[in-house]
Amino acid sequence: MSTTPADLQHGGHGADGHDEHNAYHQHHFATMEQQFDTSKLGMWLFLVTEVLTFGGLFAGFGILQGRYPQEFIEAHEHLQRLYGATNTVVLLVSSFTMVMAVLAARTNQKKKLLVYLALTILCACIFMCIKYVEYSHKYHEGLLPFQWYSHEGDGIPGSHGYQAFFSFYFMMTGLHGIHVLTGIGFLSWLMVRASRDEFSSTYYTPVDLVGLFWHLVDLVWIYLFPLYYLIS
Amino acid sequence: MEHTLTSAHTGEHPRPEKNYLNETTGIWSWMSTLDHKRIGVMYLVGILTAFMIGGTFALLVRLALLNPQHTLFGKVWVTAEMYNRFFTLHGVVMVFLFIIPSIPGSLTNVILPLMLGAKDVAFPRLNLMSFYLWVVGAIMGVTSMIVGAVDTGWTFYTPYSTSTDGTVSLMVMAAFVLGFSSILTGLNFIATVHKLRAPGMGWFDMPLFVWGMYSTAVIQILATPVLAITLVLLAIERSFGIGIFDARLGGDPVLFQHFFWFYSHPAVYIMILPGMAIISELIPTFCRKTMFGYRAIAYSSVSLALVSFIVWGHHMFVAGQSQLANVVFSALTFLVAIPSGVKVFNWLSTMYKGNISFETPMVYALSFLFLFAIGGLTGIFFATLSVDIHLTDTYFVVAHFHYVMMGSTVIAFFGGLHYWWPKITGRMYNEFWGRLGAVLVFIGFNMTFGSQFIMGSQGMPRRYFNYLDQFQPIHAFSTYGSWVLGVAFLITAINLLASLKTGALAPPNPWGGTTMEWMTDSPPIMHNFHDQPVLEREPYDYRPKRVTHV
Repeated sequence: MSTTPADLQHGGHGADGHDEHNAYHQHHFATMEQQFDTSKLGMWLFLVTEVLTFGGLFAGFGILQGRYPQEFIEAHEHLQRLYGATNTVVLLVSSFTMVMAVLAARTNQKKKLLVYLALTILCACIFMCIKYVEYSHKYHEGLLPFQWYSHEGDGIPGSHGYQAFFSFYFMMTGLHGIHVLTGIGFLSWLMVRASRDEFSSTYYTPVDLVGLFWHLVDLVWIYLFPLYYLIS
Repeated sequence: MEHTLTSAHTGEHPRPEKNYLNETTGIWSWMSTLDHKRIGVMYLVGILTAFMIGGTFALLVRLALLNPQHTLFGKVWVTAEMYNRFFTLHGVVMVFLFIIPSIPGSLTNVILPLMLGAKDVAFPRLNLMSFYLWVVGAIMGVTSMIVGAVDTGWTFYTPYSTSTDGTVSLMVMAAFVLGFSSILTGLNFIATVHKLRAPGMGWFDMPLFVWGMYSTAVIQILATPVLAITLVLLAIERSFGIGIFDARLGGDPVLFQHFFWFYSHPAVYIMILPGMAIISELIPTFCRKTMFGYRAIAYSSVSLALVSFIVWGHHMFVAGQSQLANVVFSALTFLVAIPSGVKVFNWLSTMYKGNISFETPMVYALSFLFLFAIGGLTGIFFATLSVDIHLTDTYFVVAHFHYVMMGSTVIAFFGGLHYWWPKITGRMYNEFWGRLGAVLVFIGFNMTFGSQFIMGSQGMPRRYFNYLDQFQPIHAFSTYGSWVLGVAFLITAINLLASLKTGALAPPNPWGGTTMEWMTDSPPIMHNFHDQPVLEREPYDYRPKRVTHV
């Protein structure tokens, strides 16, 4: 699927018969294929920056875990593994439906595309609902981040380990949650465009790119789940 | 000038009536433009404004240090608090608003697609968005200066930054937004270089400017996200308290320094690599000679980008880092000297027996070689642990990084600005005033910062408002130097602006350059080239026998 610049000698601007009619062909690309490859490269680069952004938080978490090993193990007992595990499965399923959506777009199957996009959104919503239940539990127990941490009854007096644990828990799952919500937004946008017949086997770039984004969101959770729920 | 490229592609076309500057008119046609050249011009206006603001604060800093009593005409005019704000604003504006976006945002935006023979950057809308993010960041930064004040220095070190009053959070968020602007620019350039090269142009046929900017873009992508999240953590720590950087909550202030320099050391190369990239264009053009060691320069750009990620610890030699870490970071830091040295040797070898002429860009390039050699070599002093401990936080540091940041990058930027000015504006500037400005910048710069090496080695600490009487003559000399610099930049600004009205019309290739941006009109048409250009010769090919195709 990759175009090297040398290939373009044969497909100069506007010379390529069927590309000329594609409404989504931008003027500065010689072919639709070059345009697709470029967009995909751009998306991968963006995902690199996403990984590094989360990487900073992972590093911060790791450093504080090294400082408060005992508190972190005790604090993680407050998280419900069942919820975490369910969410992991839900997101894995959503990644599968996303792959199927991309496949449907590439093969001109509009109905299938809409169904799989809807299923992906459904999974994302289930994930957020479970997350909401978890957050409200924490809220009622006073297991809150930053200065609002007010849980009574455990911990070593004077230690900030619990507070640090829940600060990072909320920052990281919160940032991940924002990504899930963003994903829902993009997926809905894809549904609108798909229902208007804007995608075809020659142009399905947005579906492909949102797919990549969605897999990253999934992947981050795959790391967050053991990090927070399975400490021992 | 017989070896020019004007032939095949531009010779056929008379200078067209319409070009990218006048194709469409009205402010909205600029604000909503997707054309990389127009976005580059808007960036240029923006960053030069930032340079003016940052420069004004620099003059104020120097003026405050004119004498130890801080008097002007017998009256005390500045307090220690004001002074702290001056140097913070100078640092923040120059680093985040000027130098990081300067060459990538303005010159590269215009020139890089032209050099590759492309019609635009890979993602034109993203390009416009990164410009507006810069504008938003700039507004936030300036607002935080006006409504409050920031006195932390540009590094925002904890615990001071989490406890001082003022609008630190807003300034930190401004830097966050500017970081995203930088990321999107870098992302755009990488995709452009990978996918939009002209037919026939392989990786080792690219101009070295492109190699330098590609390496810069890699750093922008890999380092800036870490800064972004660090600044968010800092803002949260400041407002709500996490306990990661704040020692009262069990955090570690040195951890902030690690996070910060993990970005900001590579960021130093975001600043210098574009400067080196420009010099790699100026030297072969004005020596009319094939680049000596093309591949060595290309690889040295990439290896500088990689090495930049493993040396950040040298900022913390005296901050309580373990002795082992100090030794490791010291050894790694010496590595930086290798690719830097490779570049300097290759530039000099290119000049050897070249047909050198001294147009304004070349005068800047020569200044660069002198000043970068000094800036680079004094960097070695700091990699050496025992010397570093003596010189840490003295004016020696200030002098060192100004030789690299300003003496190298800013001078390369002005060299590049003069070099591509005819391409960007379609007008030639006045050569006499251009050269005079360049020479005065060189003199003023050495007066201002050369003297600071002496003060630093004698123990004058940086950032201090009060100083011992014994330093007064050198401080005063440094301040006089800053005035020479101010005059030099004023001359340069007037000369360039005047050329827009009165300058002669620029030919397509005024310098006899060999790279593709010279194969189109000055200024270029909206779509850059009349026909898709095809690479026929390697860059910097000044050998006469090869110039046969007409």
